[in-house]
Order: sequence, then C-alpha cells, then structure tokens
Amino acid sequence: MFRDARLRRASQLEGQDLRLIQTLILRRREAPSRRMQAPMFTEPGPPMAFYFVQFLTGLASAASLFLVASGLSIIFGVTRIVNFAHGAFYMLGAYVAFTLTERFSGALGFWGGIVVAALVVAAVGVLVEMVLLRRIYHAPELFQLLATFGLTLMVQDIVVLIWGPDDLLGRRAPGFKGAVDFFGQNIPSYDLFLIALSPVVLGVLWLLFQRTRWGVLVRAATQDRDMVAALGVNQKWLFTSVFALGVFLAALGGALQIPRDAVHHALDLRIIVEVFVVVVIGGLGSIIGAFVAAVLVSELNAFGILIFPKISIILVFLVMAVVLIVRPWGLFGKPEAAARRTPGLTVNPWRPLTSGERSMSIGTLVLAAMLPLFAGNYALTVGSEIAIFVIFAASLHFLMSVGGLASFGHAAYFGLGAYGVAFLAKAAGLPMVVSLLLGPVLGLLGAAVFGFFAVQLSGVYFAMLTLAFAQIIWSIAFQWVTVTGGDNGILGVWPDRWASSPSSFYWLSLAVAALVVTVLRVIVFSPFGFALRATRDSPLRSEAVGINGKRVQWTAFVISGAVAGIGGALFAYLKGSVFPDSVGISLSVDALVMVLLGGVETVSGAVIGAIVFKAANIWLVSQTDLSKLVLGGFIVLMVVAFPKGIVGTLEMLRNRRRSTDTKSALATSQVEVAE
Amino acid sequence: MRRRHLLGAALAIAMAGMAGNAMAQSEIKIGEINSYSLLPAFTEPYRKGWQLAVEEINAAGGINGKKLVVISKDDGGKPADAQTAANELVSSENVAMLAGTFLSNIGLAVSDFANQKKVFFLAAEPLTDAITWSKGNRYTFRLRPSNYMQAAMLVEEAAKLPAKRWATIAPNYEYGQSAVAVFKKLMSEKRPDIQWVDEQWPPQGKIDAGPVVQAVAAANPEAILNVTFGADLVKLVREGNTRGLFKNRTVVSFLTGEPEYLDPLKDETPEGWIVTGYPWYDIKTPDHDKFLKAYQAKYNDYPRLGSIVGYQTIKAAAAILAKANSTDPEKLIAATEGLSMPSPFGEITFRKIDHQSTLGAYVGKTALKDGKGVMVNSVYRKGSDYLPSDAEVEKLRPKD
Repeated sequence: MFRDARLRRASQLEGQDLRLIQTLILRRREAPSRRMQAPMFTEPGPPMAFYFVQFLTGLASAASLFLVASGLSIIFGVTRIVNFAHGAFYMLGAYVAFTLTERFSGALGFWGGIVVAALVVAAVGVLVEMVLLRRIYHAPELFQLLATFGLTLMVQDIVVLIWGPDDLLGRRAPGFKGAVDFFGQNIPSYDLFLIALSPVVLGVLWLLFQRTRWGVLVRAATQDRDMVAALGVNQKWLFTSVFALGVFLAALGGALQIPRDAVHHALDLRIIVEVFVVVVIGGLGSIIGAFVAAVLVSELNAFGILIFPKISIILVFLVMAVVLIVRPWGLFGKPEAAARRTPGLTVNPWRPLTSGERSMSIGTLVLAAMLPLFAGNYALTVGSEIAIFVIFAASLHFLMSVGGLASFGHAAYFGLGAYGVAFLAKAAGLPMVVSLLLGPVLGLLGAAVFGFFAVQLSGVYFAMLTLAFAQIIWSIAFQWVTVTGGDNGILGVWPDRWASSPSSFYWLSLAVAALVVTVLRVIVFSPFGFALRATRDSPLRSEAVGINGKRVQWTAFVISGAVAGIGGALFAYLKGSVFPDSVGISLSVDALVMVLLGGVETVSGAVIGAIVFKAANIWLVSQTDLSKLVLGGFIVLMVVAFPKGIVGTLEMLRNRRRSTDTKSALATSQVEVAE
Repeated sequence: MRRRHLLGAALAIAMAGMAGNAMAQSEIKIGEINSYSLLPAFTEPYRKGWQLAVEEINAAGGINGKKLVVISKDDGGKPADAQTAANELVSSENVAMLAGTFLSNIGLAVSDFANQKKVFFLAAEPLTDAITWSKGNRYTFRLRPSNYMQAAMLVEEAAKLPAKRWATIAPNYEYGQSAVAVFKKLMSEKRPDIQWVDEQWPPQGKIDAGPVVQAVAAANPEAILNVTFGADLVKLVREGNTRGLFKNRTVVSFLTGEPEYLDPLKDETPEGWIVTGYPWYDIKTPDHDKFLKAYQAKYNDYPRLGSIVGYQTIKAAAAILAKANSTDPEKLIAATEGLSMPSPFGEITFRKIDHQSTLGAYVGKTALKDGKGVMVNSVYRKGSDYLPSDAEVEKLRPKD
C-alpha cells in the first residue's frame, strides 16, 4: 500500500526525479557489492547458488502451469470433455484481472481483483457449461472439443474488441515487487510467492477431493461416471460444479500472471497445448500427476536451455513422447476402464451406397467437374483447395471413425507429403507427376514409424502421442533451416505446364479427391474394414476371433497417413510453396473440426465437413476481419443444431423417419442396442 | 449428395467474384494483405496509416484522375491463407498490384506468388533479407529497412561500446536467427576482440523469461543483444529488471524503440538501451510534421511505426502507379526502379539493384519520461548508408 502510493506520487514528478527514485529503489533491492561477492561466474561454470536459483525459477514457472493444468485435468477426468477453451478462460482471467487491478489500487484491490477475476470467469464458465455443453454431453466422443474450439475462436476476437489490440502491462503485486538476494543471485519475491502457492493449491484440492462428499463423487465419476449416474447422483450439477472449479483454476492461473507477463490476445494458444501435455504426462484426472509433470517440464526447460538454448521449442513434446511410450497412461494415470460405448455407433449399421445414391454421387461429381465452364480462376483455386482438404479430412476420418483412433497430429503426414514433394521437385528437380506419386511416400513412411508407437495406446493418450510426433516433425521442419528453409519455407514448387492452369489443377484435385474417397469407402466395406471396425468396437472379442488388433490399426494408420500425404503433395503444388505451418497444430485442429463437423459416426461425413468448414473459412476470412468471431459462432451453432455432425444428424433424422415406417428396422436396432 | 455442397459453395464464390469486376474503369485498385487478426497491435495503426494515405491521394485528385481503391484482406498469419487472398485479389478483383504483409514467411510466400503470376508486389513490413536478396525476384519491392540495415545501424553504435563479452537473446525463428547472425558478423568485422559468451533462443511468443534471464546472467556478459519483441519483450524486461540483469550492462535491441513495443513497457522501460525505433514526439522535420498533424487530426491518436509503414506503402504505390501511368506489371517495375519520392522520414528511393527502398530508421536510447518509455538522442539513419556495396549485393541476389 505504502510503496504503491509512493510510486504513484513519483510518477507525477518530473522524469528525472522519478528516475532517481527508481535508482534508489533498485539500489536498495540489490546490494551494490553483489558482483564483488561472487565475481567468478565465468570460466569454471556458475556456482552452486546459480543452479539452486535456476531450480527455484523452474518451480515458479511450474506453479502457473500447474494451476491451469489441474483445472483441465479435473474437467477432463469427470466430464471427459477435451476442453480446448481452457486457454481462453486462462486468458479471460488475465484480462479481467487486469481491468480490476487497474481500477482498484492497493493490496486489497490487487489481491481482491485477482480472486474476483477468477470468480467472474468461473461464472462465465458455468454459463457456458449450462447453455452449451449440457446439450452435447451425449454427442459422440470428442464432439465437445468442437464446441470449445468454436468458443476459443470467439474469445480471441472478443478480447480484442473489448480490451483493444495493444499488449497490456498489469501491475506488479503489492509486497512482491522486488527480489530476494540469495548468495549473489536474485530471486523475484513473486516467484517465491508462486512457489509457495502451488503446494497450497495442491493441498486444498487434495482435501477437497479426499475429505468432502463432493470430492468423493468427483473421484467416483472420474473412475466410472456411468456407475455414478446409475447410483442416482445428479450428474448435471456435478458436471457444472466441476467445470466451474476447473475454469476458476484456469482463470486464477491467468490472473496471477499479470505481474510478470503482458496481457494479450494470443495468451490462450500459448498455454493450451502445453497444459494438455502436462496433464497427459501426469496422467489424466490425477492432480498430483499434473503437479509432478508441471515441475518436471519446467525444470527440464530451465536446465535444458543451459545446454541446448533452442530446446524450449520442442521440449515438452519430447518429454511427453518418451513418457507415453514408457508409461502409456502417464506418470500417475491408471489404465482407462474399458469404455461402455454409447450405442449410437451400432444403431445405424453402416452400409454401402445404394445404386440410387451411387448414381447421385456420380452426378454431383460430374456437376462439380463442370465448374471450370463458368467459374473464374479464383473460384477454381478455392475449389482445388477444398478438394485437397476433402482428401485430408477423409484420411483423418478413416482413422477416427473407422479405426476409432482420434489423431491430434494428423497434419504431420499432410506436411510430410508436402515437404516430400518440395524436396523432390526442388532438390531433385523431378517432374510433377513423379513428385506427386513419390512425395506422399514420405507421409507413408512417417505414419509407419510413428503409427507403430501410437497404436500401442488408445483414447486421448493416443491422440496426444500423435500430437507429440507432429510437433517433433514440425520442429524439425522449423529448425533444420539448411534443408527445409526453416519458417521461410521452400518456395517455387509450382506445377508443370499441363497442370498449371487453374481449371486443370482443379480437375486434378477433384479427380484425386473422388478417387481417394471411393477407395477409402471400398476399404471400409472390405474384410480389412470389418476387422478394423471390430477392433474399434470390441478389442477383446475381435482378438478372440483371431484379429491382430494392433497390426490392423497400424495398417489403418499407414493408409491414413499416406492419404494425408497425397493431400499435402497436391497442396504444395497448389500453393507453390511449403511452410512448417502445413505440419502445425492449427492444421491438425482444422482437420479434426472438419471430421467432427461432418459427423464421426458416418462413413464419409468428413467430405461434407471439409467442404462446409473450408468454404466458410475462406469466405469469412475474405469478408470480415472478425472472421474468428463469426467462424467460432458458426461452429457453436452447428454444434447445437447438429449434435452428431451435419451428416450424422441428417442420417439420424432420415433413419428415424424410416424406422417408424418399418417395424423390422426398429427391431434390428433394438437388438443392436441390447448388445 | 455429398458433393453438392462443393458446387454450391463454388457457385456462390464465383458469383461474388463476378460482381466485383463491374466498375473497374474509373478506378485503380490495390490489393492489400496483412495479418490483421493475428497481430492487431501492429496492423491497426498500420491500417489507419494507409487509410489516411488513400484519403489524401483521392483528395488530391487520385492517380492521374482515377480514384484509388485499396482492397484489404486478412491472412490470419498463415502463408497459405495469404496466397489464397493474393489469388482472390488478382483473379477476382483485378488489382493493379499487391502490397502489404508483416511476417517474413508471408512476405516470401506472396513474393513467390507474385513472381509466378507476374504481378507487382510491394512488401511493406517483412524484414527478412531473403525477400530482396537470396530469394529476391523482379516483381517484388520492399519498403522497410531490412534486417541487415537495422543490424548495421545498431552495430555502428554497439562497436563504440567498451564491452567485449556479449550475449544474445533472440526468438527462435528466421527473423531472430538472421538478426543475430548479421549482427554477429558485422560486429566481429568491426571488433575482432569481442567474445560471444551465451545465446538464448526462446520460442517466439513463448519465452519462459525467468530461466532465460538467469542463464544469460550466469554467463556474465558485459553487453546483451536483444531481438525479442512484443509480449516476449515485456516478460524479458520484467524478469530482467527484477533480477538485475540489465544493471551495469548495455543492451542493444532491435525494434524496441517502436511505440508498438516500447509503450506497453510503461514505467518498467529499461533505460539506456540502444534501439532502433520511431520517436514520433521528437521528429521535427516538415515532412513528418505534416504527416503527424494529419494523422492526429483524423484519428485523435498518435502514430506508431506501423502507421508510417502503412501510410508510406500506399503513398509509394500511388507514386509508382502515377509514374507508370499503366497497370502493366513490366511498366510498374520500370517505373519503380530508381524512383524517388518524399516520405515522412525524408526522401526515399527504390533501388534498381535489389528493389530495396532506402527508408531508414531512428537509432537512439531508451529513457523513462513521466512513467512512459521514450527514445532520446535519436538520430535518423538513412537506409542507403547501411547497405552493402553493389558488388556484394549482386552476389547475394539471383539474376532475374
């Protein structure tokens, strides 16, 4: 309080006086003779005190990571929601805290502001849960990811609208402005505060979960939420309260960052992936695991940069890959109980297209092929891009819905295909046809290597391992400047003359897309496809009838990666260049969104998902600067309107009509449900 | 049924495209692309700058009597999306030239597109040396002083320092890497006696500032080169202040004097850093006064460096179009090579040899004034004085 007032008074003085005062404060903060006490940092290496302080610094970084990660872990454990919006709540916490602490000065204003900010954002979280998420708990697995992704997009634009585009500098915490001298090393006192805070939060959470009835319910739900529901616990309020607590922790983590960070609109993306990684390393649903993982990651980073200064960019993903390969359920996680599948998948057994539908599809394809007769170059290029994303989305859809394996890093194989083409075309100077045929091989090889490890896992652990692999490939593309050109990419990968006109390239892309989708459908209804679906629906039974589940899944992974590589190869020629972006997380997320939007439980829903998402995306980005807000809102609306994805919901409606017509269909589906 | 949507979407796009072509005769269109949604802190003032320029140009009668229209697109920070936008501008909007971009990789992507489609491209902001040198092409020109030029300006001051032990902190991507590489090379040429004792490469936008500051301090350098900016810079400065990293050490820092990056530091601005930037409050030239007055009158806000870049990009584009009196790309190139024009920073020229403009930058020191960061003792450095010799440039740039 006192120091704050003095500083404020000081700021009204002349600049020079202020500087003087600041120098005085600085001088008091640091003993002037400090360098003389510990002068020999140089050749023999830093003294022990340095390593200790580096350790403490790592702990302070771990503290903020832990707060956010624990919230995510709790939410996931109970509701199984992959809450992509967790970073958005973290960012909102920081923004609201910034506003409150600017308005109310003094110690009470600051600390009160932090807590109130977290509460306000938690209230927003409750609203989101009640209005949006409650409607879609029964949607297929991961569908909620789509809703929270839409929210994240919206929040990014909303904070800029409310708080403006500039980076904001929050106040320092009253009482924790300076540093503590430790054998000639300075430790910010706020770091010490954070280091002390995280065990306290851990302790409070532990008490909450171990000593209260609510905590017992939460733990029970984490272990087996169907059983908890069957025992008559009101799941609605349990989920809402858990979501509120998780969001509160995220917002608190964000609010506590304002004394050491700038508040800006990209905070959410900066933290969300890292937090997911921490939660997975620790083991889903384990608070202690999140704590240990946060410390592990932060300390490895703090000491890693002393030896490899460039390690930060990839470190967490390396750690996660190693941990998941060694311990498939994270450090403190337990194997997931065999999930009781929602009967949705078996109610409407898949069937090949009827001859009527087949001729309709061919008709549509012919119509699409006539586009160059009346559309301009731009429309054709957009059409090519959409066709390429149909290929990409179809490849992920094959893995996700037929194989039951949701990959969060599918862009890896798309990007490998693109880089494969770029290497062949630029370095080896091969003609386009050869490059197009051979480029995807790189995607295939990548999928063969990484898929081998990934299919040993399942569920979210599988997803996160694929994410880790994708990030490893991304960082290679990003770092290996001499080969990949780093983030400046490889330029000048333009198509040969025969394919260079927009219409011929469009026909090429459309033909490949049609071929790919057809082949994938053929595989779905082939014996291999049945084996894959058997492994997805019941690993034990399929094993009992002699299916080698892991090998089948691995094969599916390789097929899917190769197809993604084909998409990437075409993409390289469409854009004429390749950048690490085409391996990046946001492209992987885009693919997920397309699949979920189309409908996971369908045979080819991703085709529609890709067309709708990509067309909306391109159109919105071109039309408005608030494209994220509008696109996010559009996604949220689609989620509510089509809780099984666009194609999934349409099929469901059609089947419902049909099943009222014929008794036999109903009977079949009842049998399937009983199973 | 599943492909019908493709057709519908494509139809809609095609129709939207055709509607745009109707009234092209009485106006000249420039297609502008930038990362509006990703980097609003820079691109908002930038947009204000070019909007002011458009207003001024049309108030003065347009370009040879034709009205200037700028069609602006967001690239979302992705090279692939920037190409989609460029394609739309060229194919559907029939723009006379492309302009803009902020990030280096996007600048390069659009420049490659321009080269392939034979479209004139005026890169506004991207700093990478590659855009005019190693990956330069005849269709691309660049306005802002490059990485090399800014490094050369800073080296001139840094070489005067007594410091012999240097450490570097730079974001781990092309911009940071090449800034450090050029600075080291030029510095070591002038001062063979200096040692590079530590380098830190935090990921862009994700600096874990505490450990980085500790690690640099442990190497005990006498001076530090900083290339981080934006939110990373804020974190670095805060940790550095608290831990006393900058005490008794000189810091040389790229871009930190630009209001975009200096202003967020508020009362935590470290003093005495040698920086490049834009001290709009200290520039007393008639050219700049005119710009400043017009800008403040229109927006009731002070300009950032982005405002200058946006303003001058469109002014330059207009000058080029006026001189060429045509929208043919070859004529535009011929008109631009060697073209001189006024700017708020004084006269600038687009060099024939590498298509780089000679726009310079201000070099000065940071200071605190009324609780805000400012640049003091700033001097304008002309871009033309900080470029390598023509012989060297010819070696760097591929032949057209």
